[in-house]
Amino acid sequence: MRTITMKVNGVSTSHDVPDNTLLVSFLRETMGLTGTHIGCDTSQCGACIVHVNGKSTKSCTILAAQLEGAKVTTIEGIANGDELHPMQQAFHENHGLQCGFCTPGMVMSAIELVEKNKNLSEREIREGLEGNICRCTGYHNIVKSVQDAAGKMGG
Amino acid sequence: MYSTKYVKAKDIDDAATIMASAEDGKFLAGGMTLIPTLKQRLANPDCLVDLSACGLSAIADDGSAIRVGAMTRHVEVAESALVQKTIPAVADLAGHIGDRQVRNCGTIGGSLANNDPAACYPAALLALGGTVHTQSRSIAAEDYFDGMFETTLEEDEVIREVSLPKPEKAAYVKFPNPASRYAMVGVFVAKFADGVRVAVTGAGEDGVFRASDLEAALDANFSADAIADGTVSADGLMSDIHASAEYRAHLIGEMTRRAVTACG
Ligand SMILES: Cc1cc2nc3c(=O)[nH]c(=O)nc-3n(C[C@H](O)[C@H](O)[C@H](O)COP(=O)(O)OP(=O)(O)OC[C@H]3O[C@@H](n4cnc5c(N)ncnc54)[C@H](O)[C@@H]3O)c2cc1C
Ligand code: FES
Ligand code: FES
Repeated sequence: MRTITMKVNGVSTSHDVPDNTLLVSFLRETMGLTGTHIGCDTSQCGACIVHVNGKSTKSCTILAAQLEGAKVTTIEGIANGDELHPMQQAFHENHGLQCGFCTPGMVMSAIELVEKNKNLSEREIREGLEGNICRCTGYHNIVKSVQDAAGKMGG
Repeated sequence: MYSTKYVKAKDIDDAATIMASAEDGKFLAGGMTLIPTLKQRLANPDCLVDLSACGLSAIADDGSAIRVGAMTRHVEVAESALVQKTIPAVADLAGHIGDRQVRNCGTIGGSLANNDPAACYPAALLALGGTVHTQSRSIAAEDYFDGMFETTLEEDEVIREVSLPKPEKAAYVKFPNPASRYAMVGVFVAKFADGVRVAVTGAGEDGVFRASDLEAALDANFSADAIADGTVSADGLMSDIHASAEYRAHLIGEMTRRAVTACG
């Protein structure tokens, strides 16, 4: 056991957890932030992606213990009150989700992608989302959503 | 995951000391291989020694070679202006490992220590004739790989950095597994003043290897035409659910032609 202190969605938080606790369990089970999903056990689906110190990260493949003092942002932390983040709004408007299971990871991954390069080609978006698997949409509307959001995020 | 103890080492000597006192410890770098292994309960270390605070992530120009710290993330190698300028093939290789999240965490040291038979960096180290530097010695690429998932590193030996000689020209081309992006076959071709070196990953039953027949053909004529169909034998190549040995032999020839063409 150890006490881990990190800043989650801007709020400093401390919890006692076993050393082998994954960040995704820390978020979902210890903190009750169930927006971050678990879609696989092989680190391949991307449903669990959050930002760790600004970098998109698979929260199923990192220990909470590695993140003492880190800043973590989850899907719950990106809207501004009732106003959705432009990426969330774009997914909403472009029918970028069906069942929604992959969506939190898609949105967190796409935000970092657009923040790094606002003038993405369709191919760059498709390659940039290689770490996110969607069983429903066929990706077409996800790509459209990211293109739309890139425009609104200042591209 | 089995229960375990997590320790963040202060520096490389601290890491080695902690490892020496553990019964069955493991170094933790980017975690992109180790944590999935732990989640599947395929390993049960009593201690995880995190190397992230050991200051091992610099990339430096060393004249005829570049030196890359063991904890340098794939994304940092891919985006490094120095690597892009001196050995663009290595920046390109790093930029196509797995997906963006794997590249944000995974490290060159972790990839080389793990020596997955389908990993990309082993091909670069071997083709460039690089050297692995640990806290106590330097190991030439030829003496470093020791079969699938095996290296000549000792249990408490930490990779500090890797030096990669600058070639005249080089390119890495892989045929990625469509699900994982690991190499089903990956070929790194490097042309130096004293000859061509070709290393193949993803295909060999003993992991990464140098393809001497291809090297001889390219030494005589550095062009894609030098590699005729059927040059590569299927002997010693892997057959698995992804591809037969014969198909891998074919891919080695094709990836080599593409790499030579990409060298320009
Ligand atoms: C979905 C997915 C796709 C991937 N695709 C590819 C791909 O296309 N190509 C590719 O090459 N790889 C791929 N990988 C593997 C990835 O590159 C890993 O990052 C890499 O193999 C291991 O590096 P790591 O830093 O994550 O090491 P870890 O997982 O932390 O460690 C791996 C092993 O190396 C040891 N180790 C780590 N650092 C050191 C050190 N400095 N000294 C001594 N021992 C050390 C550890 O103890 C452990 O045994 C993929 C991984 C995933 C999850
Ligand atoms: S849960 Fe699938 S990558 Fe993390
Ligand atoms: S919307 Fe169902 S998995 Fe993507």
